[in-house]
Amino acid sequence: MIALEKRPQPSTIWVYLAPLLAVVLTMIVGGILFAALGKNPISVISAIFYEPLFGEFAFYYRPQLLVKAAPLILIAIGLSFGFRAGVWNIGAEGQYIVGAITGAAVGLALYPAETRLIFPLMVVAGALGGWAWGMIPGLLKVKFGANEILVSLMLVYVAEQLVAAMALGPLRSPEGRGFPGSRNLSQWASSANPELMAGTGVHWGVVAALIAVIFAYITLSRHIFGFQVRLTGQSPRAARFAGVNPGRMVLACMGISGALAGLAGLFEVTGPSGQITIDFNVGYGFTAIIVAFLGRLHPVGILLAGGLMALTYIGGEIAQSNLGLPGAAVQLLQGMLLFFLLAVDVMTNYRLRVGTREVA
Amino acid sequence: MNLSAIDPILLLASLMVAATPIMLAAIGELVVERAGVLNLGVEGMMITGAVTGFVAATTTGSPWLGFVSAACGGALLSLVFGVLTQFLLSNQVATGLALTLFGLGLSALMGQGYIGIKAPAFPDWHVPLLGDIPVIGPIVFQHDPMVYVGLLIVLGVWAFLKFTQAGLVLRAVGENHDAAHALGYHVRRVRILAILFGGACAGLGGAYLSLVRVPQWTEGMTAGAGWIALAIVVFASWKPERLVLGAYLFGGVTVLQLNLQAAGVAVPVEILSMSPYLATIAVLVIMSAGRAPGSLGRIFHAAR
Repeated sequence: MIALEKRPQPSTIWVYLAPLLAVVLTMIVGGILFAALGKNPISVISAIFYEPLFGEFAFYYRPQLLVKAAPLILIAIGLSFGFRAGVWNIGAEGQYIVGAITGAAVGLALYPAETRLIFPLMVVAGALGGWAWGMIPGLLKVKFGANEILVSLMLVYVAEQLVAAMALGPLRSPEGRGFPGSRNLSQWASSANPELMAGTGVHWGVVAALIAVIFAYITLSRHIFGFQVRLTGQSPRAARFAGVNPGRMVLACMGISGALAGLAGLFEVTGPSGQITIDFNVGYGFTAIIVAFLGRLHPVGILLAGGLMALTYIGGEIAQSNLGLPGAAVQLLQGMLLFFLLAVDVMTNYRLRVGTREVA
Repeated sequence: MNLSAIDPILLLASLMVAATPIMLAAIGELVVERAGVLNLGVEGMMITGAVTGFVAATTTGSPWLGFVSAACGGALLSLVFGVLTQFLLSNQVATGLALTLFGLGLSALMGQGYIGIKAPAFPDWHVPLLGDIPVIGPIVFQHDPMVYVGLLIVLGVWAFLKFTQAGLVLRAVGENHDAAHALGYHVRRVRILAILFGGACAGLGGAYLSLVRVPQWTEGMTAGAGWIALAIVVFASWKPERLVLGAYLFGGVTVLQLNLQAAGVAVPVEILSMSPYLATIAVLVIMSAGRAPGSLGRIFHAAR
């Protein structure tokens, strides 16, 4: 008879071991899946996890990794505050889109002025846009008790329609010969978010992601707000007795995650993507949820998890072009990773007790 | 703009068709939540059902076999959720989200060779006598059989929860799992069965999209229908009889906005396409007073 016994305290070893074990299990089961698809599992796994870092063309892929990891980390850091406190913002994808729209709109309104002040202004507008979009589910939760999971998610679909409307209407480039899509912001010096050091892939979004990690680390470990977030997550009742206002906590968590997601969108639209298009968003907001959990909701963990998830994106593209692996297989791999993490995580809070059950 | 192009009878008839996939998925989730489990993976199970149903129906040529395989596919995927949350005691919100992300990837992979193919025809069922009644006949009694199967499932769930002992046990498990456990009920077994039922229903709902409503397979074709189903359960205050109303209300909004788009109303298409999601938010704001089952979303661990 095998039974689970609750640990008095979460196991420190398993906190670190669980994500590693989850990655190994994902590689094994993923390998079986690739074999079933008629691919050589070893070469696919090495294409995904090895090639981008140490392969022949790594000099080209490494900067790409930073470009992909930055939005994931930025969004996941924001989500981790809410997830710790039991505030479930699932709509980061929508906040990412709206941040890009508001930021781009402010920039385009000032076109074609030539001053470097425009970019910082756009950054502020992007963060505010994401913040405002995140406040909608927050306020509806606090004022009316509406479920923030469902409202924030519904707003993703609304934002997707909004970006399509913007690309076709108000933000459409007058020089685009009628094609949908805005002016290219990365080609206009005042709004561009360029590579800061040639060949490294580091743009302002990468810098912002690193600042967010440090900021989150200090807040969670040293600031009273971080303490309140952790307390609310572990025991909402105790938090209330300690003077934490639950409504304000919801608004703060939704606001932080919304603003960071909006920032991620702004850095994307001014840099790697360059313009507002109908299919601007590529699912960073959803993948960031995996990143947040894989990183154990801890800033440093999220930094590493963001890197790993970027690796699966870039490696997946390599496997796609070199080995003909279907693109959806990577998405499946990412979902699998989260499953295995959640499964293995049982060992963090419980221990196995093997033996016969005593009769009371 | 040509509003007279909208035929009210046709509008009401297509409302029933538009409501069916959401209703199927929602009734399954209602049972799951009444058992005290919050499965946010409805969207993932729905789209997996959509692709398995489509693949099975196009290879065998039988839509019925498609629906059966879709139910099995949805249930199989929900079993992953069941094992993780009930035996490995994982967080239900996170696991449900993982199920959705996984299901979206899985369905895209499975459906690769099936894009652009048409589903085998699923003929409408002209109910004898009743179908001949003017006005009401074409609206209510001239649909494909799954519309009625969906309503029968809702009726069955209503009767099950209200009149049977097993239904009472399921509600007890959902209201207070510790008390139910102390009374000797098998909390995990009840919940696993409820989760499987929910998965099967979501699978059916998905297959209805790919086999009847669209009827084609495209990636991400559920487009939030699973999440809307979750909202309808809240709207229904966890009561089957109100769930039908909710599903038809949403079917109505969906159909109306499609008709307005076709009629060329002077409102941007994107605003109209937003309306089902905005309606969902409005409903969640207005209808948040319902009382959720007591143990909803809580982890059950029989400590000794």
